[in-house]
Amino acid sequence: MNQWKNFSKGFFKENAVFTLLLGMCPTLGVTSSAINGLGMGLATTFVLVMANLVISLIKDVIPEKVRIPAFIVVIATFVTIVEMLMQAYVPALYDSLGLFIPLIVVNCIVLGRAEAFASKNSVGASIVDGLGMGLGFAMALTLLGSVRELLGSGKLFDISIYPEDYGMLVFVLAPGAFIALGYMIAIIDKMKKA
Amino acid sequence: MNGCGFTTKNITINNMATIDSSLKNMLLTLLIITAISGTSLGFVYKMTKEPIAAAKAKKQQKAIKLVVAEFTNNPAEDVVELTSKEGFPIKIFPARKDNQLVGVAVETMTNKGFGGDVRLMVGFKPDGTIINYQVLEHKETPGLGTKMGLWFKTDKGNQSVLGKNPGTSKLTVSKDGGDVDAITAATISSRAFLDAVRIGYETFMDNKNKIEKGAAQ
Amino acid sequence: MEYALIIISAIFVNNVVLSQFLGICPFLGVSKKLSTGIGMTGAVTFVMIIATLVTWMVQKLVLEPFNVQFLQTITFILIIAALVQLVEIVLKKVSPPLYQALGVFLPLITTNCAILGVAIMTIQKDFNLMESVVFATATAIGFGLALVLFAGIREQLDLADVPKGMKGTPIALIVAGLLALAFMGFANLA
Repeated sequence: MNQWKNFSKGFFKENAVFTLLLGMCPTLGVTSSAINGLGMGLATTFVLVMANLVISLIKDVIPEKVRIPAFIVVIATFVTIVEMLMQAYVPALYDSLGLFIPLIVVNCIVLGRAEAFASKNSVGASIVDGLGMGLGFAMALTLLGSVRELLGSGKLFDISIYPEDYGMLVFVLAPGAFIALGYMIAIIDKMKKA
Repeated sequence: MNGCGFTTKNITINNMATIDSSLKNMLLTLLIITAISGTSLGFVYKMTKEPIAAAKAKKQQKAIKLVVAEFTNNPAEDVVELTSKEGFPIKIFPARKDNQLVGVAVETMTNKGFGGDVRLMVGFKPDGTIINYQVLEHKETPGLGTKMGLWFKTDKGNQSVLGKNPGTSKLTVSKDGGDVDAITAATISSRAFLDAVRIGYETFMDNKNKIEKGAAQ
Repeated sequence: MEYALIIISAIFVNNVVLSQFLGICPFLGVSKKLSTGIGMTGAVTFVMIIATLVTWMVQKLVLEPFNVQFLQTITFILIIAALVQLVEIVLKKVSPPLYQALGVFLPLITTNCAILGVAIMTIQKDFNLMESVVFATATAIGFGLALVLFAGIREQLDLADVPKGMKGTPIALIVAGLLALAFMGFANLA
């Protein structure tokens, strides 16, 4: 597989959210606005890339039976680093993502890629894979966040598009997350078949 | 449908591992990995400790500036730390101009929110009139809770609490017989907001002498 | 906080799946049949209560006294992963029938974010030990309620005439949205 294919598969063909339905909790939980979706996506990308990098480096010295616990430790380390960095340098985003930052550790995209890709491939390929998967995830979250923010509060990236009073509040709330994602998956399925 | 946990179901056996799974090897590997991870985390923790504290202080400064009138002192230095009747920690930042108390920024809270604690910074004039407020922290429903930040400042119907005095107006939601319109579909969050305002007001009034005395020094 | 308030809030008002978005994966993944839904609920309840109990004690007895709260995420997830293994081994030995019922679900639970989420939330909410256990139990019941309701609806959905493009995941998500909308009606209970 060439590097470009390896990178771009995360955006469409193997998009974590729209195709594989992985990482649904943050996908639904933080996408009440486009900025939150983007922030969460980028934080996850960082963890994915770093975890893939380290795991592909140490894959040969880890005994078979403790592979999963070892991976979890590596992932949790980078999640905690992201958490501290965000708290220090982007406190507002840290506050609005809240609980979902430590929960990156149980995002199955991360463990899934470590297990299925980084533990079998070279360092370079693993980084590219992590980057592609992560940015694909970020794209999906930003897209869903934009749709919900626009329909729910009339804004896009916090810029007012139409008066908030005409917004359908439900899209910012919990039910809107499920419904918006349901329609988006249907539309993307259709596009893929066409 | 492919759920999260299902990734573990299809574990592919990795034949690349050159180290066998003896107990000693397993323990040693995990120990080394955990040690490295612990050390690097400790390092990052030390590195980010100050920026985190600075970010928090900056947020506090910004909130104080927003909620009280102009002042010449440093309210963060003159902070009075108190406990409300309900047992919550309350911080009062006195804002003074030419040694005269022009207002206070009260960092107040309640645990009656939809998702737990709600923390506010509320600015009061010395007589208790609300100047402005800012939401510092809440765990309310995303979208609804965020509305607290603007709703009670918007001059529409009986939404706004600015310029009102909890001593003379009934600052509870209209559903409970008060004078304030609750956020649409978020009565609990609104109640919590007003509860935190009340707690801040009462704590300030109960200790007003102590705070004003500070001004004379 | 009163126990009754914690229970009502965790089951209905702040339902873990439908309003907190935790544990969505098993919610979507094992809800095609009512029986598997019930099995998953059993396993989650079991692990959630034990995990909350242990992580709470580790937080109060180890992390806080030594001032290393920044190790919270890594410690909690390792505890949960180890606990799941342990529960599996013990269950296999002690109660084979129970193992048979819950066994297949156990490996999936480590990556169920509801478990880690609840463990962290009890610390954030500053619950004492008893409140934490009550909260974990109520959350698990809330999870079960959502899952069982959803599984019941999905079994019926198989018989319904769903537009072609919406079949499968899309319609399931929209049904979940409607369920979440219904649960919002509980908002004024607590």
